[in-house]
Amino acid sequence: MAAAALSMPEIENKAMNLGIDLSTIDFDNIVLPPGDDFGINSDDEDILHEEEAPEFETGYGNVIVVDNLPVVSPEKFAKLEGVIRKIYGQTGVIKEGGLWMPVNPDTNMTLGYCFIEFNTAQEAKEAKEKTDGYKLDKSHIFVVDMFDDIDRYMNVPDEWTPAEIKPYEAGDHLQHWLTDEKARDQFVIRAGTVTEIFWNDARQVRPDPVYQRQYWTDSFVQWSPLGTYLATVHRQGAAVWGGKSTFNRIHRFPHNQVKHIDFSPGERFLVTYSSQEPSNPRDTHRVVLNIFDLGTGKLMRDFKGSVDDFTTGGSGGLSGISWPIFKWGGGKEDKYFARIGKNAIYVYETETFILVDKKSYKVDNVVDFSWSPTDSILALFVPELGGGNQPARVSLVQMPGKVELRQKNLFSVSDCKMYWHSNGEYLAVKVDRYTKTKKSTYTGFELFRIKERDIPIEVLELDNKNDKIIAFAWEPKGHRFAVIHGDGPRPDVSFYSMKTGGITARVSKLTTLKAKQANALYWSPAGRFIVLAGLKGFNGQLEFYNVDDLETMATGEHFMCTDIEWDPTGRYVATAVTSVHEMENGFHIWSFNGKLLYRIPKDHFFQFQWRPRPPSLLSPEKEEEISRNLRKYSKKYEAEDQDVSLALSEQDRKKRRALQEEWETWTARWKQYHEEERELRLQLRDGEASDDEGSQEQYEAKEVEAEEVLDVHEEIVD
Amino acid sequence: MRPILMKGHERPLTFLKYSREGDLLFSCAKDHTPTVWFADDGERLGTYRGHNGAVWCCDVSRDSTRLVTGSADQSVKLWDVQTGTQLYTFNFNSPARSVDFSVGDKLVVITTDPFMGNPSTIQVKRIARDPADQTSDSVLTIKGPQGRINRAVWGPLNKTIISAGEDSIIRIWDAETGNLLKETDKESGHQKTISSLCMSADKSHFLTGSADKSAKLWDSRSLTLLKTYQMDRPVNAVAISPLLDHVVIGGGQEAVNVTMTDRRAGKFEAKFYHKILQDEIGGVKGHFGPINALAFNPDGRSFSSGGEDGYVRLHHFDPEYFSIRM
Repeated sequence: MAAAALSMPEIENKAMNLGIDLSTIDFDNIVLPPGDDFGINSDDEDILHEEEAPEFETGYGNVIVVDNLPVVSPEKFAKLEGVIRKIYGQTGVIKEGGLWMPVNPDTNMTLGYCFIEFNTAQEAKEAKEKTDGYKLDKSHIFVVDMFDDIDRYMNVPDEWTPAEIKPYEAGDHLQHWLTDEKARDQFVIRAGTVTEIFWNDARQVRPDPVYQRQYWTDSFVQWSPLGTYLATVHRQGAAVWGGKSTFNRIHRFPHNQVKHIDFSPGERFLVTYSSQEPSNPRDTHRVVLNIFDLGTGKLMRDFKGSVDDFTTGGSGGLSGISWPIFKWGGGKEDKYFARIGKNAIYVYETETFILVDKKSYKVDNVVDFSWSPTDSILALFVPELGGGNQPARVSLVQMPGKVELRQKNLFSVSDCKMYWHSNGEYLAVKVDRYTKTKKSTYTGFELFRIKERDIPIEVLELDNKNDKIIAFAWEPKGHRFAVIHGDGPRPDVSFYSMKTGGITARVSKLTTLKAKQANALYWSPAGRFIVLAGLKGFNGQLEFYNVDDLETMATGEHFMCTDIEWDPTGRYVATAVTSVHEMENGFHIWSFNGKLLYRIPKDHFFQFQWRPRPPSLLSPEKEEEISRNLRKYSKKYEAEDQDVSLALSEQDRKKRRALQEEWETWTARWKQYHEEERELRLQLRDGEASDDEGSQEQYEAKEVEAEEVLDVHEEIVD
Repeated sequence: MRPILMKGHERPLTFLKYSREGDLLFSCAKDHTPTVWFADDGERLGTYRGHNGAVWCCDVSRDSTRLVTGSADQSVKLWDVQTGTQLYTFNFNSPARSVDFSVGDKLVVITTDPFMGNPSTIQVKRIARDPADQTSDSVLTIKGPQGRINRAVWGPLNKTIISAGEDSIIRIWDAETGNLLKETDKESGHQKTISSLCMSADKSHFLTGSADKSAKLWDSRSLTLLKTYQMDRPVNAVAISPLLDHVVIGGGQEAVNVTMTDRRAGKFEAKFYHKILQDEIGGVKGHFGPINALAFNPDGRSFSSGGEDGYVRLHHFDPEYFSIRM
């Protein structure tokens, strides 16, 4: 409620003065006269007013005005009409009698414009997009407008007035959550219709609520990559929220029927996506993509087209687009974004929002690409062509300039998958090759060392070449990677290091763990620790493994677990069962070494997401120094931990004592009743003497030792 | 100790009842024959043949001579425990859901389901000392609550009747006049159907289990909510330990929600909670269907559970159970 509204005590006072008993009033039944809000603003009022003015159905949404037509005499009228019908009949269905070309009553000549009414507003929009600027001949270039827009254009004042400059308002402290004294992390969950944000208070072994809101989002919520914003998705568009004390709306990004959103890694831009069912089932879906500036909320560029334009590359297939369409490159500065098209990659730069060098980057038959997470380097994959005459190829291309840094030809390849290391130091390409018979495939890895001179490539094959690769993951901030491989029901897990053997580093295997119930790998964001998880068929087996010491720290189970996520600091792991199942919904929080800290069941549990943190501001040297002197720093925190745990156990003891005492007062009362009623009970039982209620009966377990001599005989021991 | 598996019923179990001495265990099931077992070793002593429908509930008199059973065949029957002869049949025009002897065994409270336009009722019948004098007249008939009344029991000194059922409200009635004395409110009460109700040995408090995945402990005179035990599954059966401050709660996912992949998914264990601290103590696994019935032996040293799977499992506690520290 707005500040202008009365507070509750004020209302009560006023009601008393007026002699109204508030308890008799059902507030939900009060209906304000329409159009009068008595100065009370509803929370969402501004949304209603500011949001893209709701579409008033003037009934002319399906009408367009085509201007700059030739002015013709009545003799040529029919011919011109025929031409127009031909042009616009291609884009949509013109309503019967829906073409009207006005005629000057004095001269009997046409006026040089016409109105066309389509069956649907969508067709009208499409016709406008397609034919605006259409050249009928040199002197007649069509100007097409929506009929509804004409009014708007008429209202544009002739004189330009400078925009009002608003006084600067200090923004909210968006990074406030990082200053938490206890250095806790936040997470967001969505269950039922409620979205909630909590601190993960591991010391108190419970979550500490921060903020909650019902119907906050229409479909999902998403943190921005550095954790500054939380995005919600609505029918009218997306919104981002953040702030110091609570979650305020920072910006709204209008985009009707938005389906997907994506942040650029440096949080400069937000991409929104929607697709619209075509009116004609034979047509393809219409796709709209908007790119907004997150700082200002301004629309920077939009892309529109049929879904076919965005699904090339083959991997998307019939199922539609593969999100995200635009992949961001150039590290944290968000310099470039790119999408794949037929035989080309479209790379845009964010300075101007146009194609780099004003043209797309042609690569015949390219099917997949990815950016280095830190540099402006593109990795491309082109499959085998001409039945093997032209080998498949992986190449690394530097942007801008499109300089090919490295290329590798690969033979008899069935598929390729690229895995970048998060530091951009390594690129692993998983290559599935056909065996000689072409009946089956086997897998190998091509490992690129991006930061070394000439980008050396190493080929890695597993000990057993025929093993299927189930999962692959790089160690963040490290030089190791883990692979789950095997064919049987219990696959093996292997760890490899990129840094062994002195100066000319070679990849080498560290260890292989045999027969694990695992099919997914989750490295700690700080490296060193990894969770080997058996999801789906393995019903949620978890193994917490230390890769430095090559030992299992703990095993656990979160039955039916569907999602696993490390907190951004690598201190805790969240495992969740989301509502893909009906049952067991909720989440568990574990420590990094596999100790179950607490569990929260939640029905209809949809989403769990840790709030990301921006990268540390400490230099690597400084971090090194801290970890060397860890003992010095940890003392303080250990003392705090101890205090908290003492306080907790004290609290617990007090609570138990209180419960016990409360219970004793009840039992004392019952005993008294029981004694008082003894006589009456006896009467009810016709004076049956024994009043034992079963419980009063005293059993006494006695151990009786009985000895019995079975046999005695003497033997002489020599 | 290993539980004793008692396989004598062909259909899901509905109710379990120990005799006062704790030597006999009576079981009711959806097959038509209540059965009596030795509570010590699980040996089957005999059955009570005569019902023509699922038997929902039973009670045994304090001297273990009379058994009363309520059945879906729209009758309540009185049996001679020892011989298994039918002594008397009360006929109704809808299924009988619950039966309970009063203190002194002179009265029995019966609930009937809403059926073919008849509303659900709570009825009190007088039990004659000599079966030959038995009549079918009702001493008291209470109507009012909507939907099925799953359980009605006598309060302390037969002064009140406590009922609970599908409308998720617990009501205390005056056993003389049939007036409503107390009922639970929305905040403290259950949110969904109450499936079970179990009295403490001295009738001072009682435990209710509900489909809202909780069990609640109430004072039987004031209807004050004392404790709530939060579960992760619908509750079908509850029992209070007469010996220790424990309660046992059973239930399970409804059949429609049970996946076929893993038995654990159904949550068919019987869970032990500390009655005062409301903390979970442990669980007893074994059934492969929801638990429908639970009962403690009056000596508190064993308990039995009956499941949708048709088995009765009789558990004698290990010595460690009696030294659990919370």
